[in-house]
Amino acid sequence: MDIRLEGISHHYDDFEVLRDVTLDIPAGQIVCIVGPSGCGKSTLLRFIGGLERPRSGRVVQLGQAPEGCLNPLTYIFQDFALLPWRSVAGNVSLVLEDHGIRGTAAREIIEDVLARTKLTDFAKALPKQLSGGMKQRVAIARALAVKPAVMLMDEPLSALDSQTRELLMDDLVDLWSRQPFTAVYVTHNLAEAVRLGHKVVVLSRRPGQIQEIVEINKPLPAREFGDPELDEPQRYLWRLMREEARAADAELMNV
Amino acid sequence: MSEIHTDETKGSAGAERQPVAFRGGGFAPKNRRWIGVLVFVLLIAIAEWGTRTGWITALTLPRPSDVLETFGELYSSGLLFKHLLPSLSRLVIGATFGVLLGICIGVLIGLFSVMRSSLVPLVAALFPIPKIALLPLFVIWFGIGEGSKYALIAFGTFTPTVVATYGAVDNVDRTLIRMGQSFGLSWLSIVRKIVLPGAMPGILSGLRISLAIAIILLVAAEMLGAEYGIGAYILEAGSLYDLERLFVGVVILSLLGVIVSAGIGILERRLLGWRV
Ligand SMILES: Nc1ncnc2c1ncn2[C@@H]1O[C@H](COP(=O)(O)OP(=O)(O)O)[C@@H](O)[C@H]1O
Ligand SMILES: [Mg+2]
Repeated sequence: MDIRLEGISHHYDDFEVLRDVTLDIPAGQIVCIVGPSGCGKSTLLRFIGGLERPRSGRVVQLGQAPEGCLNPLTYIFQDFALLPWRSVAGNVSLVLEDHGIRGTAAREIIEDVLARTKLTDFAKALPKQLSGGMKQRVAIARALAVKPAVMLMDEPLSALDSQTRELLMDDLVDLWSRQPFTAVYVTHNLAEAVRLGHKVVVLSRRPGQIQEIVEINKPLPAREFGDPELDEPQRYLWRLMREEARAADAELMNV
Repeated sequence: MSEIHTDETKGSAGAERQPVAFRGGGFAPKNRRWIGVLVFVLLIAIAEWGTRTGWITALTLPRPSDVLETFGELYSSGLLFKHLLPSLSRLVIGATFGVLLGICIGVLIGLFSVMRSSLVPLVAALFPIPKIALLPLFVIWFGIGEGSKYALIAFGTFTPTVVATYGAVDNVDRTLIRMGQSFGLSWLSIVRKIVLPGAMPGILSGLRISLAIAIILLVAAEMLGAEYGIGAYILEAGSLYDLERLFVGVVILSLLGVIVSAGIGILERRLLGWRV
């Protein structure tokens, strides 16, 4: 299942946020979206997931979601969004219950996704007992449980310290290598973008427009921490963004 | 960092060594149960000592040991439960109605704009009315029997519960609700599994206030045409200036309050163990 954004523009009252964004998200690829803060990245992701409607343009889905997919467009949030009153297993079970999956069927799915995110030993723990990295892994497990066609990730690693971020990036690459998934990955961190993205979409400052789409051809599993081959695209991205980020920063202070 | 005072330092070797003054701590009260008990014991001991030495006259305050004796008589005559049981049933029935209705309306106000715009002003208008003032009205509406007593207690617990509940619903983390929507949870599931548990801390602390009000109103309700009940007992003792019996009644009410408060404490520990 592919996703296509067709001429998306949006404004809140008089406040223009996005201008004519057209983008293809092919199945099996991770598309990273980078851009200065406030340029409309989260807003764009909300449109893709159907949580909000753009003023003009539309998001279309090409083809059917694969068999057994419970929630085709599934989010992973920056602040994890775990229910603090439910255990790790309970948080995963939450998204299955509404699809009528209970008992043994649910237990099998929960065991599988917790094993894939290395959380098997923490099934009964409450979120307050977990570190930030583990919380985000629970959120990833929860997303995997509904067998999404496309994962929508809004700065999923931004709340974590840099070591944890590296570990989780490895985990994401592992997950993808074993079973390629489609994802839109919003971030302001260029290192994350070049590590995880097949394509990196650079948005201009608000109103967000596509400035350039950078393809990174090195296969995901072959990329590693501090990979010198990734320096080049990262530097290139930074050159693209630098002026925009500076201008956006000055703009925010004037508001 | 140019403002740091450097005039006193005499070089790192010969420098004067001083521990950094501690200025953290505090602002984190802990519950030490025995201190609470100690305060009670101390106050009662002072009253006992004062009345025995004559420093407090018998008219000012009854002697605690006499109050205890009167309580013993009440218990052995079997009258204690004759008074206590009707009171408890009024409290339970009235408060249950008021609290449940209050939670329902509070959740509706928290979730729907129409409900919010129509009911919030109404609740604000009802809240400050001393419910006791409406007792005659309740008697006309629900009769002189149990009905008017239930209604008074229910009404008295209803308004604070509504206010606490909709405030609690407002405070539920919106990102959790968005998360529920993004996973395609039904409206009912979101309310049942996200909004209600998320509002539970606020609802329970509202319950503390509502139930204390319920006990106050219980006495008010029983002052009007009740043969048995703690309120009736207190009223009768009061009109006879029988201070020992009056205090027995008051102590029973206090104990009731302590038990209710402890019960909510247990509930909080069971239901809100997830809080950080
Ligand atoms: N619901 C909203 N109402 C009004 N303005 C909004 C709303 N959501 C976002 N904005 C504004 O739109 C701009 C883009 O927001 P967002 O998509 O969150 O940016 P990003 O995620 O790229 O930092 C910001 O300036 C923000 O203040
Ligand atoms: Mg954002």
